[in-house]
Amino acid sequence: MSALAVYVHRDSVVHRLPAGAKLLLLVAAAVATLRLSRPWHVALALAIVALLHLAARIPWRTAVAQVRPLVWFLGALAAFQAVVAGWEKAVVVVGGMLALVQLAALVSLTTPTTAIVDVVVRCARPLRRLGVDPERLGLLVALGIRSVAVVIELARDVRQAQLARGAASSPLAFIVPLVVRSLRHADRLADALVARGVDD
Amino acid sequence: MSTTDSRIRDLALAVTFAGFIAVLGLVPAFSPFGFPVPITVQSLGIMITGAVLGARRGAAAVLVFLFLVALGLPLLSGGRGGLGVFAGPSVGYLIGFPIAAFVIGGLIYRRGSPFHTGYGLLAMILGGIVVLYAIGVPATAWRAGISLRAALAGSALFLVGDLAKAVVATIVAGAVHRAYPGLLPQPRPAADHVHDTATH
Repeated sequence: MSALAVYVHRDSVVHRLPAGAKLLLLVAAAVATLRLSRPWHVALALAIVALLHLAARIPWRTAVAQVRPLVWFLGALAAFQAVVAGWEKAVVVVGGMLALVQLAALVSLTTPTTAIVDVVVRCARPLRRLGVDPERLGLLVALGIRSVAVVIELARDVRQAQLARGAASSPLAFIVPLVVRSLRHADRLADALVARGVDD
Repeated sequence: MSTTDSRIRDLALAVTFAGFIAVLGLVPAFSPFGFPVPITVQSLGIMITGAVLGARRGAAAVLVFLFLVALGLPLLSGGRGGLGVFAGPSVGYLIGFPIAAFVIGGLIYRRGSPFHTGYGLLAMILGGIVVLYAIGVPATAWRAGISLRAALAGSALFLVGDLAKAVVATIVAGAVHRAYPGLLPQPRPAADHVHDTATH
């Protein structure tokens, strides 16, 4: 599970902090970023996030990789804001977003998937009165993760069948059989779950 | 089939299609002009899932997928995952995904069998573009601190790609419903029609 997730195992204060506390602090930080209004606020926020990364002993390459998909957007946004609203607004908006995204990524980097699932299950307990079974969430996550691997396998099968027939590689000739095979897989999965008595 | 068995089948379909949406995200993304939301086929997966599974199961599949992303699995197009993506500028589109699948599935299942191409395309455009943009554009404007007009202009760049995806999703959904009948409900025959067949 963790081999697939973004989680990076280290022994640090940030890693040892309970998952629930980290998620709560993240929500508080998200609310706080809405209040950032001056460049020095943003500089302070970025410095705190950087210090937390140091404390968590996250390699800087891993940290940068978390925000790399946003680089172009943030660059364009900074230029736009600088022209329209001045450099101070540009720093506040772009820096604030960068700090929050990097902080949220840090929570994911330092918290194992199972710990987050446990928090969600615990928070969902009051929903039991509404007929929701929180323990079922764990099953849902396990089956969901398994499904990703299964559908990758199905996609490979479809591709090989296409190549064997010498069929042209049109996207339609790929997606339609993939969806149909996914439907058949779901039927088999349902039978297996019923046979194992999941429908308590 | 008993109610519990059909609920298990719904669960199996939801988790399997969460995997399907994830696999479509593995197709590499490209960001024309370095703009915020990279063009991917993942939203194609959202449209197809809604059209094939219907409103509730389709939305459930998308929610399971987003839950896996939030847990830190890098399943979002471009290998993104973790809580960081929910702090970024495209958060509105992530929130809009399950709603889009719900609207598309609701409209297509409402009409029932057989799948109608023109109506299907209309449902895809309504759910996958109109509803999705109605949530995504204001969220981008809010996160980036830009005007609605500017955010709308930015998202207009994606309109052509999204229209093409709506067409592809419609063709795929039609082919899937023909290859795997029994998903779409049979429309109830009109009262006089029933009377007709009874008397002849």
